[in-house]
Amino acid sequence: MADTPANRNACTGTGPEASPEILGLSLDRRNFLTAVGLAAAGVLAGCSSEAREKYLQKHFLELSPQEVERRLSRLSAEYAKQLGQPVNLSGTTARPGVVFGYALDLSRCIGCRRCVYACVKENNQSRDPQIQWIRVLEMEKARGIDFEGANPYYDPDKVPDPEHFYVPVACQQCRHPQCTTVCPVGATWQEPDGIVVIDYDWCIGCRCCMAACPYGARRFNWGEPHLPSAEANPTMHYLGNRPRTRGVAEKCTFCVQRTRDGRYPACVEICPVGARKFGNLLDPEDEISRILREKRVFVLKAELKTEPKFYYFYGI
Amino acid sequence: MLVMAGVTVLVILVSIIRSQPVVTPAGAPADKAYGPADFPAVYAKDDALVGIDSNATGEAKAFAVPAPPFSEGVFPCMECHSGFAPNPERRPLEAMHGDIVLQHDEKNRWCLDCHDANDRNQLHLANGTLIPFTESYRLCGQCHGTQFRDWRSGIHGKRTGYWDGHKRYLLCVNCHNPHSPRFAPLQPLPPPIRPQFLRSSDGPVTTAASTQRSSVSAAKEADHGGHAR
Repeated sequence: MADTPANRNACTGTGPEASPEILGLSLDRRNFLTAVGLAAAGVLAGCSSEAREKYLQKHFLELSPQEVERRLSRLSAEYAKQLGQPVNLSGTTARPGVVFGYALDLSRCIGCRRCVYACVKENNQSRDPQIQWIRVLEMEKARGIDFEGANPYYDPDKVPDPEHFYVPVACQQCRHPQCTTVCPVGATWQEPDGIVVIDYDWCIGCRCCMAACPYGARRFNWGEPHLPSAEANPTMHYLGNRPRTRGVAEKCTFCVQRTRDGRYPACVEICPVGARKFGNLLDPEDEISRILREKRVFVLKAELKTEPKFYYFYGI
Repeated sequence: MLVMAGVTVLVILVSIIRSQPVVTPAGAPADKAYGPADFPAVYAKDDALVGIDSNATGEAKAFAVPAPPFSEGVFPCMECHSGFAPNPERRPLEAMHGDIVLQHDEKNRWCLDCHDANDRNQLHLANGTLIPFTESYRLCGQCHGTQFRDWRSGIHGKRTGYWDGHKRYLLCVNCHNPHSPRFAPLQPLPPPIRPQFLRSSDGPVTTAASTQRSSVSAAKEADHGGHAR
């Protein structure tokens, strides 16, 4: 743009006598902003209330129960259209008196990866680009727990290999989660039952949480997720396995859509060796509490004081 | 001049490093994105709630177990065994059951230490108490006390169903062949795709179903080797 005095005035709005005139209005800053504001308000008023709600969202935790219901019904209609089948999108809240815990028996795990794909099936991860929440690390028995030497790409004919042991890693559901403290918009938080969740509609895709997580547990939708409708799991939770979009982070939610209804997570139910244990940490009779009392238990990277609720133990 | 030489060396080094072939393990092609739909034998069935009876009480409620995994047509045993007198002499089986290989303290034990000589439809404990096959965990628990204790409290073995209510237990023999209890090795499902192959512009770049390696197909057909009897 040529740097004439008239242009300078139009940009800075300091010289009303020099402003260009359109339809008899002088185009200074005040009039311009007023016109734009009115136009935007007009467009929004002309939209359906659903579109307006989608555009002017509130944070999920600030919604009233009625507003949650409205959002769930809007989204389930959206997902039903997208997947070509009815979906059951729930917003079940945490049960009082329940804090979920998970324990994995390293002396049993054989590294068969049945849990990895059961999780993908249950939680509607993108098939291609491939997203998997559980990563099974193969480690040498001679070296012990060693993340640097771990191999997630092992592929022998049969497992377990006698020289190796296997450490499946997903979200550790920390009591002091670093991912939630770094999130600049509050799109991820810890629920009262201890599950760290993500609101995919609030996530801006900055990936700060992924940098903050010491366990590499979060996955990012670099591309448009691809979920064939025939493979979709129609039982969904708002904070869990509903379809994601490009540019949002996701991770294990302890299968919130199952566990808040009393079921076991999908990985627990598929494990052919029964290495995965799940329950309520606040119930002293629960199997998870018994494991913490009776077995040799540890957490990953305990020195970081993240205090995971995902425990590893040796059953024998 | 020196700078030019340095840049040239750097470019050559970088190009050598970049042209290193990607190390892929034997087996799966590294650029295939497998999904659960590629393994119907593993994921098609969902028996997590089989055997759970919400009206059950007592022991049946405490340990809801599925049926024992008999070989086809073998139970009830007395259909054959009622026709002849039991032979209590320890011997290799030749006429029948020749497929059973005992690898379970075989130096000290044989068939009639667990199976009852007179009522083949039942098992017997060390003290002679007869127990049905559906309670075989009591028999196993005589020797494997710590495993039995952990199994009862939910630590040993697989649980499905409801963490806050009715759980489905498995009998010891649903996972361990009682004649050869070591858990049989399995073929692992394919590793995750390596990050360099993750890119996909719109829609899938590759469809795993169309280009499966033979070993993956084998896994689809013969899953859960540990259950074979």
